[in-house]
Amino acid sequence: MSLTRMTTEREPGTPLTLPSLAPAQFAAPPGPEPVEAGPSPIREFLSKRGSGRFADSSFAAVMLVCALSIFAIVLFIFFILISRSKLSLTAFGWKFFTREAWDPVAGDFGALPFIFGTLASSFLALLMAVPLALGVAIFLTELCPRPLRAPISFLTELLAAIPSVVYGLWAVFVLVPIMRDNLGPFLYKTLGWTGFFEGSNFGVGLLTAGIILAIMILPIISSLTRDIMTAVPNSQREGVLALGATRWEMIRTGVLRNSRIGIVGAVMLGLGRALGETMAVTMVIGNHPNIGKSLFAPANTLASVIAGEFSEATGDLYLSALIEIGLALFLVTIVVNAIARLMVWAVTRGAPARVA
Amino acid sequence: MGVGIQVENLNAWYGNTHTLQDINLHIPANHATALIGPSGCGKSTFVRCLNRMHETNPIARATGTIRMGDLDVYKDASPVEIRRRVGMVFQRPNPFPTMSIYDNVASGLKLNGFRNRRILDETVERSLKQAALWEEVKDDLKKKSGASLSGGQQQRMCIARALAVDPEVLLMDEPASALDPVSTSKIEDLIFQLKSQYTIVIVTHNMQQAARVAENTGFFLNGKLVEFDSTHKIFTNPRDKRTEDYITGRFG
Repeated sequence: MSLTRMTTEREPGTPLTLPSLAPAQFAAPPGPEPVEAGPSPIREFLSKRGSGRFADSSFAAVMLVCALSIFAIVLFIFFILISRSKLSLTAFGWKFFTREAWDPVAGDFGALPFIFGTLASSFLALLMAVPLALGVAIFLTELCPRPLRAPISFLTELLAAIPSVVYGLWAVFVLVPIMRDNLGPFLYKTLGWTGFFEGSNFGVGLLTAGIILAIMILPIISSLTRDIMTAVPNSQREGVLALGATRWEMIRTGVLRNSRIGIVGAVMLGLGRALGETMAVTMVIGNHPNIGKSLFAPANTLASVIAGEFSEATGDLYLSALIEIGLALFLVTIVVNAIARLMVWAVTRGAPARVA
Repeated sequence: MGVGIQVENLNAWYGNTHTLQDINLHIPANHATALIGPSGCGKSTFVRCLNRMHETNPIARATGTIRMGDLDVYKDASPVEIRRRVGMVFQRPNPFPTMSIYDNVASGLKLNGFRNRRILDETVERSLKQAALWEEVKDDLKKKSGASLSGGQQQRMCIARALAVDPEVLLMDEPASALDPVSTSKIEDLIFQLKSQYTIVIVTHNMQQAARVAENTGFFLNGKLVEFDSTHKIFTNPRDKRTEDYITGRFG
């Protein structure tokens, strides 16, 4: 038997020799004789069951109703918001969303400062929370010694379970003084030239709100990101390592790249929470409708102006304007989510993102 | 050009399981060497020791000496440096799904910071030709994701990816076991072509495959290297009774 490849042509009719060393048998030996047996109880049971056609179609219908109810709820909220803010809609038109005025006494209302406050505080929160959350997730999935993994995961998830009013209290008694006496002056000294840290610093303002929001969205983003990274198959890590990658190169190419869509999704969920967060923000943002460059300046967000002023809104126009603020928050959330989807789509157009 | 590998007193553990026991063998340069044996006999662990992939598992441990040419794998270099010289192809094709075919093949160079476009282009073409995949993919190198190829094509792409970094040794851990017979025979042809330029170590469950591609064959059983000899000798006149039992299908 030669060990080189068999390449010679076979004459038709001559027996086929395979490059196998043990003589292969090409027919199975006859097995035991077929057995005559009575009807089995399992066969009987299964043959009595129905076709499943009705069950399947009714199941599909129920699921469809569940899915449609989402549409119904969204449309219903949208409709209520519009109908209840009719007064302010007719008084200010679409300009409401670009007006800076907020003067309840004079009956002059506009949403722009609140839209600014919402977007600015959420953006600040993302800026601080995303790198930190990615760091936590990378540490937990790739670097953490096994015995430490569970306690750290547990602590991050515990952060998510704290009610927001507790965060607000903590911020008022701990974060605000630190901001006023230590962090604020430090930022002014080191980064004052950027113009972002101007004006008087009372400890409450945009930056404080951003920090508290960052702490609140950190656990959501990090635990989702951790789950996504854990789901990256090990074969991807080994594939990159086998090419001579360092640990960081492996994490970048084998893990982060494969989970980027999921990470964007996690960030979006965090952003969603930041945009709508009310209580903690109301307690530390200063509640003053103001658009400015300084992060020390007090501001206000869409959610916190509703919470802060709804109970004292006198007059139908005031109330209607606050409901329109709610409409603005609804629209801001939709627009931000749409932009995020576009970003995901732009990044992944080239290659499908699913990991095999 | 490939280098020879000298293995002395190699022992490996997973936790308390002693998966490799006192392995000694010499793998000659620029030849294909096959490793056979039943599942769990240690042949994959052995291959993963050669590029120090074994130790990526936190509970894994290895002792002994492995020399590749003049280099002591466990003393003279870090795992990262070793893996830049020793390519590896895995049992299941593992393309990088977010990368195009081109980027998949170039990934080893790119992540090491290699940026020369002209040489990258040449290397991708050369590697894909060596892996006999060039003709099938040359028109959508940058358009298609590496994961959009068929299983056999993916595996050849992974071979091209390993070849693109000019390794001296190519380790293949059951490279064809997840593939159909046509793809398998393409991979075997490839190994046959490549062994003049690289030292190839191939783990396989398929004894005919070992016979078709490798000059030397080692038989592993329960963490021990039972017999290592020329493939011809192993399959026609094995020294050890256990080897004979295995290759004639009496167990395993």
